[in-house]
Amino acid sequence: MARRAPVVVVVAVVVACALPFLLSNFRLFQFTQVYIYAIALLGLNLLTGYNGQISLGHGAFYAIGAYVAAIMMDQWHVPYGWTIPAAGVICFAAGFLFGLPALRLEGLYLALATFSLALATPQILKYFEHWTGGSQGIVLTKPSAPSGLPLNPDQWLYFVALAVLLAALLLAANLLRGRVGRAIVALRDNPIAARAMGVNGALYKSLTFGVSAAYTGVAGALSAVAIAYVAPDSFNIFLSIALLIGIVVGGLASISGAIYGAFFVHFVPIWAQDISKAAPWAIFGVSLILFMYFMPYGIAGAVHRIAQRLQRPQRTGDGREPPPSVRTTA
Amino acid sequence: MKQLLSALPLAIGLIAAPPAFAQTPGVTATEIKVGNINPYSGPASAYGTIGKSIGAYFKMVNDQGGINGRKINYITYDDGYSPPRAVEMARRLVEQDQVALIFQSLGTPSNSAIHKYMNQSKVPQLFVATGATKWNDPKNFPWTMGWQPSYQTEGRVYAAYVLQSVKDAKIGILYQNDDYGKDYLKGFEDGLGDRAKQLIVMRQSYEVTDPTVDSQIVNLKNSGANVFFNITTPKFAVQAIKKSYDIGWKPLHFLNNVSTSLGAVMIPAGTEASKGLVTALYQKEVTDPQWASDKAFQDWVAWMKKYYPEGKLDDQFNAYGYSVAMTLAHVLKACGNDLSRENIMRQAANIKDLELPMLLPGIRINTSLTDFAPIEQAKLARFDGERWVLFGELLASANR
Repeated sequence: MARRAPVVVVVAVVVACALPFLLSNFRLFQFTQVYIYAIALLGLNLLTGYNGQISLGHGAFYAIGAYVAAIMMDQWHVPYGWTIPAAGVICFAAGFLFGLPALRLEGLYLALATFSLALATPQILKYFEHWTGGSQGIVLTKPSAPSGLPLNPDQWLYFVALAVLLAALLLAANLLRGRVGRAIVALRDNPIAARAMGVNGALYKSLTFGVSAAYTGVAGALSAVAIAYVAPDSFNIFLSIALLIGIVVGGLASISGAIYGAFFVHFVPIWAQDISKAAPWAIFGVSLILFMYFMPYGIAGAVHRIAQRLQRPQRTGDGREPPPSVRTTA
Repeated sequence: MKQLLSALPLAIGLIAAPPAFAQTPGVTATEIKVGNINPYSGPASAYGTIGKSIGAYFKMVNDQGGINGRKINYITYDDGYSPPRAVEMARRLVEQDQVALIFQSLGTPSNSAIHKYMNQSKVPQLFVATGATKWNDPKNFPWTMGWQPSYQTEGRVYAAYVLQSVKDAKIGILYQNDDYGKDYLKGFEDGLGDRAKQLIVMRQSYEVTDPTVDSQIVNLKNSGANVFFNITTPKFAVQAIKKSYDIGWKPLHFLNNVSTSLGAVMIPAGTEASKGLVTALYQKEVTDPQWASDKAFQDWVAWMKKYYPEGKLDDQFNAYGYSVAMTLAHVLKACGNDLSRENIMRQAANIKDLELPMLLPGIRINTSLTDFAPIEQAKLARFDGERWVLFGELLASANR
């Protein structure tokens, strides 16, 4: 498995790079949105999957990222490329600061505190109307590809989102592989033991919150660029819930799970709608239950199991499996 | 991967397809594809019935042979009132389903999100379901048109009435401090024209996040105003009506059409306190008993029973969908055999004195190349403790 992983990754990247020349612009736009979701899910997974802090409010960081990008582009005419790291930095700070008081809250209490953040965000956005355009939002211009590149705007944005996603995956994998990653996971599994080993719980938890928010903020900024419009209605409470659904369906504490989860939260509601106009959310709910029933460890867990089963006959080694928390690909 | 596989034939189809002729996507000898986006789920799902009633109306049109021999293929998607979803659904309709036009997409945020896209792709975005004024901008957005009276139009209607019929008016205004409130305010002030400065004695605003508007009402009373223009959404409308009743302020009280729902405003505020409120209407209220014997109303009920039996007969949105669908049918009929997108817009901008059965008698829809605001007339109605009673003559929003 571990030896094959790079091959799978390379094939996936090659396929992803070929898609813009095979698919219609509309499909590309959908894939772009999936990648953006995947970045946000990766961030949430760092926090919830690896560090064990449940957040029902990541839609708020997504919104902050989107508005940072939109306001910078709209009011100060900053090129969109700069708005994405800026959104990451600001959301890191916001997440870190939110993480400090949240340290006192565990489990469900933290979920409720973050939930309130998600509830409040659309209204707060309306309050700063001068900056945010109030409920009417901000209309942006969709960027086109740099001159010289024979790409249309949809193809270009697809590559931008793909590049950011790959960078995000790489960073997350690196972060989790080393000492920091072990500390993050140890704080989830046994906080007392982790502290006894000298892990600074408060610092790591806040930092994880910050990094997680930064990921989600970057995704929000990308979404503002891709949709070319932001409004408070884009960031309602359902967004936060969709993100949580995404990481659970995709696979908690798994990096590839973010990608599977993104496909799920983006496409399943649309398919549900095609099946039944009258009760799309009932269909969505049923498919959610089925997924959870048949893949209790998320899609990433199921893929991992299948891959193992396929591999077993040729297995000669020590029979060691990578623990779930360091699985980087499946 | 499944996505890729399912999309492959499409991609191959695109490459292999012969070069397109000067033919409008979505139009064949037997069919016109009309796209629609409505919030069937999410916070604004109460509006979803509009999308369904439109579909029911087109079903009737098709049963009667369609329009110039073409059946309407109505494709409607749910955006859950989320702007990003609206963008995706609009692109799906235009690029994948290849509709001839998008009709009645609902909500100011959702329409704002697709505004540029529709105009860049030169696909009609017709008769959008929102009261914002920005849809009437043929110069910059020649592919987008509203339908219902805009907030500014309504504001001008109240101004016209004040100028005509109120002596020694001293006007106090309460408005929500956002685009919606300012739109109303602007229409009202424009309608008063030069006299606005002299007549308006006080303007008070509130934020959507404010807990109450009580102090604003007290200030307005103390200003000595005898006319009150109440630009508030339902929750604040209830507070304003209650508070002014409680402190014994009895001005001529205009309440914007946004908050005229009996269930959401009048009854919570108290029917006694709500007595005498004045608003502007442009549709026949389906709950108003005076239409019970009206032929047009009976036709609407018969249509509801046959084509949309699960729809509610006391839901005004079902009459709204019926009327707006009728407007599109009129435009498509006027297009004759030239259903190019250009001609669809040309005919939409060439409606002359169209009267619709479920609009108030005398209201005529007029559009032109410089006027993308179809309905610009309304009638005032007073709340008598049980329902809205029409009075006076039809008011136009005068010159702009």
